[in-house]
Amino acid sequence: MLKLTCFPTFSHFAVDSHIIMSKRKARDAHLPVGECIKQVQQILRERFCERRLPDRLEGVEAQYKHLLELLRRTAIHGESNSVLIVGPRGAGKTTLLQCVLRDLQKEEKVQKNLLQVHLNGLLQTDDRIALKEITRQLHLENVVGDKVFGSFAENLAFLLEALKKGNRSSSCPVLFVLDEFDLFAHHKNQTLLYNLFDVSQSAQAPIAVVGVTCRLDVLELLEKRVKSRFSHRQIHLLSSLNFTQYLERVWTQLSLPDSFPDKKFAQEWNAGVKTLCEDKSVEEVLQRHFNSSKDFRSLHMLLMLCLSRVSVAKPTIKPADLLEASRMCFADTTANMLHGLSILELCLVIAMKHLNDVYEGEPFNLQMVHNEFKKFLHRKSNSMYNFEQPVVMKAFEHLQQLELIRPVDGSSAKVQREYQLMRLTLDHSQIMEALQKYPQCPTDIKQWAMSAFG
Amino acid sequence: MKYFTRMKIRRVYEWSGKPRSFNRRLKTYDYDSFAISVEGLSKIIINTGQDIFIEGCDEDNPYVAKVTRLYGDENGQQMKAVVQWFIRVSELPVNKLKLLGREPHPQEIFYYECRNCDNEVNVESILRPVKVKHLDSNDPFPDSADKDTLYVKLSWDSKVFRVVNSTVVESPAEPAPASSPPSCLKPSLPMSPSCSQSAATPRGPSRRVLPTPDHAIMHKASLGEVGCSSVGTPANVEAESLHSATKLSASKCLSAKRRNATARTPGVRKRLELSSPEKSVTGEEVLSQLLNEELESKVTLTRRPPPSPAHPLRVTHSLTPLRKAHRPTGAQCGVPLKSSSVFLNKWPLSDSESPLSPAKDDSTRATQKKELETIKEPVLSVLAEVENEKSPMVTETPRSSKRKSAMLVSSRIKKQLNLLENHQDPNSSGEEEDEFVPSKNDLLSSSEEEGQDEDGPNIDDQVSAKKFRYVATGSRNSRSKQKSYSSARTQRRTPAKKISPGTPQTPRHATPSIPIRSLQTQQPANILEEARARLHVSSVPESLPCREQEFQDIYSFVESKIVDNTGGCMYISGVPGTGKTATVHEVIRCLQHAADMDEIPSFHFIEINGMKMTDPHQAYVQILQKLTGQKATPDHAAVLLEKRFSNLAPRKETIVLLVDELDLLWTRKQNVMYNLFEWPARRHARLVVLTIANTMDLPERIMINRVASRLGLTRMSFQPYSFKQLQEIIMSRLNKLKAFEEDALQLVSRKVAALSGDARRCLDICRRATEICEHSAADPSSTGLVGMSHVMEALNEMFSSAYITAIRCASTQEQLFLRAVITEFRRLGLEEATFQQVFVQHQALCRIEGLKPIGVSEGLAVCQRLGACRLLLLEPSHLGVLQRIRLNVSQDDIFYALKAD
Repeated sequence: MLKLTCFPTFSHFAVDSHIIMSKRKARDAHLPVGECIKQVQQILRERFCERRLPDRLEGVEAQYKHLLELLRRTAIHGESNSVLIVGPRGAGKTTLLQCVLRDLQKEEKVQKNLLQVHLNGLLQTDDRIALKEITRQLHLENVVGDKVFGSFAENLAFLLEALKKGNRSSSCPVLFVLDEFDLFAHHKNQTLLYNLFDVSQSAQAPIAVVGVTCRLDVLELLEKRVKSRFSHRQIHLLSSLNFTQYLERVWTQLSLPDSFPDKKFAQEWNAGVKTLCEDKSVEEVLQRHFNSSKDFRSLHMLLMLCLSRVSVAKPTIKPADLLEASRMCFADTTANMLHGLSILELCLVIAMKHLNDVYEGEPFNLQMVHNEFKKFLHRKSNSMYNFEQPVVMKAFEHLQQLELIRPVDGSSAKVQREYQLMRLTLDHSQIMEALQKYPQCPTDIKQWAMSAFG
Repeated sequence: MKYFTRMKIRRVYEWSGKPRSFNRRLKTYDYDSFAISVEGLSKIIINTGQDIFIEGCDEDNPYVAKVTRLYGDENGQQMKAVVQWFIRVSELPVNKLKLLGREPHPQEIFYYECRNCDNEVNVESILRPVKVKHLDSNDPFPDSADKDTLYVKLSWDSKVFRVVNSTVVESPAEPAPASSPPSCLKPSLPMSPSCSQSAATPRGPSRRVLPTPDHAIMHKASLGEVGCSSVGTPANVEAESLHSATKLSASKCLSAKRRNATARTPGVRKRLELSSPEKSVTGEEVLSQLLNEELESKVTLTRRPPPSPAHPLRVTHSLTPLRKAHRPTGAQCGVPLKSSSVFLNKWPLSDSESPLSPAKDDSTRATQKKELETIKEPVLSVLAEVENEKSPMVTETPRSSKRKSAMLVSSRIKKQLNLLENHQDPNSSGEEEDEFVPSKNDLLSSSEEEGQDEDGPNIDDQVSAKKFRYVATGSRNSRSKQKSYSSARTQRRTPAKKISPGTPQTPRHATPSIPIRSLQTQQPANILEEARARLHVSSVPESLPCREQEFQDIYSFVESKIVDNTGGCMYISGVPGTGKTATVHEVIRCLQHAADMDEIPSFHFIEINGMKMTDPHQAYVQILQKLTGQKATPDHAAVLLEKRFSNLAPRKETIVLLVDELDLLWTRKQNVMYNLFEWPARRHARLVVLTIANTMDLPERIMINRVASRLGLTRMSFQPYSFKQLQEIIMSRLNKLKAFEEDALQLVSRKVAALSGDARRCLDICRRATEICEHSAADPSSTGLVGMSHVMEALNEMFSSAYITAIRCASTQEQLFLRAVITEFRRLGLEEATFQQVFVQHQALCRIEGLKPIGVSEGLAVCQRLGACRLLLLEPSHLGVLQRIRLNVSQDDIFYALKAD
């Protein structure tokens, strides 16, 4: 059937000239559904993985303008600046910066007039590495190939000398982007930050320092002389969007662009997305997500899971997909681990829970847990779960390896293993939930878990 | 060699001869000369008018001066010398070097004409005599490896270079360097004939074969036959030609022919053309010069005992490594340190006699030379250097014609070729001082083919890229002639040469610079942009308002130290942004201006910043680098500086050292700080140290007593600016530019003054306000001036805490979690709770709010997000539900933020 729909177009191919053919294709091209699905997945995945910058930023126009103006002034007027972009994770700080840089590079005056240096606090963990990286990215003259020559002190002196030699009107402006800015503040003496800010506040080569961080208290990390040299411009990316905007965002994120090759498929897809968004259960799920976090990265995660369930046989996203994806997103990982435990281990966990209840969260050791377990066995007078001490010990150690229990700090090596104090890293609700789902859980154990007394 | 002598040998200084006169009033005796004896081994006599080395801070580059007067007190305890200083290139301030307008020669020195330097030194600091030559300003520097000859062209009075004439430099007494060795030989040691003979032996080579020539005969010879062979070179040339002659073989003949062919290549012809006019013109001059030198040499010859026969002398020759061979004899004759230089100077002089002697017949000489040839080879390079120094022009063609009679035809061809090669020397040395290198290369390549491969790279290493290119071309000429038998070698060498001049392989020579921008910067287009440019912290204001008192204090402090030639420390404190560094810079600018106007003596300003170095000990390196341009390791730099500041070095300028961010120079032993404050107290240091830090009680807090005590009590603290001052600062920066409303300025300055008094902050806020104003310019109600609303907005942006907004913008669960945290804190009565405890509260709150309770994983995620923003302070996340939570904002803030909506 697919072939049949395609066939006429192919016959046209043979007859018409190429130009007419492509026009015709643009007008009413029908791709096979498999091809369409492939295209959809590609487009949307790129979007969700943030591989492609959005054409237009939503909700942060003011910040965008502020940053763009600032960097443009550096590039065109040679004005030194420093600015921090602050916002919670997933709020679009880097996206904002990237968009600004992309749009800035489009301007003719800026194009060849801006050097960029990108640093990341997680990669450049101290000033020595950071300086080498700066020197390398600036292609200063002590760089041969990819190697930077000279000691740390020489590199610093060299870079400072280079920047000092420049002046506002003749040197090429340099843009320093410091990702994870807060980590740079932990470097010794904050030498790098001091020097960058100092250059930005003195008549040297024009530079713009853009720090990107998610810490709201980042300024408190700066030493006072470093702080004084910082211009105190902060661009906050705090999204104040409400649920309807959030829904709209979901809709736009899922819908296909007009440029999609198969118009008909695109229309169908978009209509499908619209109905999806209007679905009550879907709205509920999204509301829950919205309540939990407003950032788009977690939303993208959810939508990605939905998208991967789209196939040729099922070319739209159904509400059930979203529910399933949401369930996966909110799944409690530690509780899931309990499903794989043996009965003995589960019994030990329950004994620990009771100990916690009795002693109000005081730490316990293997002997206490084993005693508690023995009490249960004694009550039941059931020899079914009668295990030797070494077996119990083994089970206990397995729990420790799974990090379901962890030793209390400071009481490590010297104590015998049986008496080492432990704490349970599970919440009661998690244990109860796991017991409900545990395959073929013996009822007496369930009852024991639920009973108020050990 | 020098080093050895200086380290091991104690020197004894004593007057030689009777005092010339006695000054009754000062009770001083004037002397003509004194003697330096080294461990009884030898004696050096220093006369007035002689040039000397004086002990300085640098082992390798001692100070140079000329003795103008020697005097001592009655009992001979104090020995003083009044000197006229010369200044070395390395002692010049680095930033003044560009005034020279050319690359200084390493052995160039300048006649020092500064008034404010002490020209009286202790005689004990005098090391040894040195040779100072005056050159005309247009003359090229002669090439020489001789470290002990220095050249004067210009004088330096700490501001400009001037041409100096020879009468000033080469003193009225007599040309000291030339005459000093003999003069010191004669009076100091009552020499027995044998002793004097041994002293003279080093000159042996010159006299190896000859009876002392009659001057008249020499004159005639030079007039008639030799035409214009100049001093020094002939020996060299001969040796070379002989050398090639002896090695003559079929292959050599062949190669010689080829060389002839290649000699006609345009490049070589050009060289020939270049040299030929010189030849014709200079014949007369060279002759007269020759005669002069002959006269000189005759003077020396007459003093000598009659020459010993050739045989015993040949033994002396066989001590081929020249310097070493002559060293013991040199020591004997009383000039231990100068020995090499003395003989080098003598060598060519006496050498010149041999070719000039007509009494010698060529054939015998040829045979003799054959014997000597092996001996001469290693000496060649040394000879060549001397030759160039002595004679700028060499013309040898007549020589070869003279030899025609005795030599084989093939050897003649070869010789001519050698001469062709040698012609490059005078030409090139005439062009540029550096260009001696290629000729040396040539000599080496022609005389010892085996050695050239080892020598070539050495030279390559020594010369910089520019010279290097010359070497490449120069040696290519010579090498092309040898291609026939050393093609393999040439091939190997050429690629290496092609690579190295291209990319700078050594980043040592890298110049730090930022690329030049391709488009011009735009000038400010409107008032707001103009205002913004002026308000930028980086723009240098014309004056510094509101710091007049501090300025005056610092100025008078530094000025008095400069004028008095003393040293001192000052400690300046103040919170950031109160203009400490700016004021000091302003002071220095004014002082520099005053120095330029000759109101105060000139001084040298150095700035270091504790934050701009990686380690406190780098301070030494930076100071040394800025002082002398030297690079050294921190330890070595400390030693050098220590020496510099402690030694008696009278003609130094005062150094003003600004140490910014002093607290960063703290080390456990505080030795960096200790040294910085110790040096100014030294008697001869003439160092003024201005230190800047933020805290007022830094000396008491972090310095140990001996450091704090040395810092002294000259302190100054910069108070934070008051709102009036801030307002004045902005006004002065704007300089009558009407961009702000009066009230707006007042608001900014009052706000900043209340918070920190940081001028930087004030300027930044004003700049931001202009931006906001610009954005709202579309609004028709705006006046174009920065008004209250704009300033308010800017202030809000900069001063308001983001916490409240962040809480308001947080998701519902995050807000709930914060509430749960507070509820749990209240329940516990503590400011800390575990996640587990809070989570229970959170579940309860969820139920109250009618939300579906969330799972533990989700709850942890919420908690982590709040932790990442630092609304909460968390323990490491691997603790899971056991991690403890604290608030990073006040509970009131949270309530306020949550209640508002």
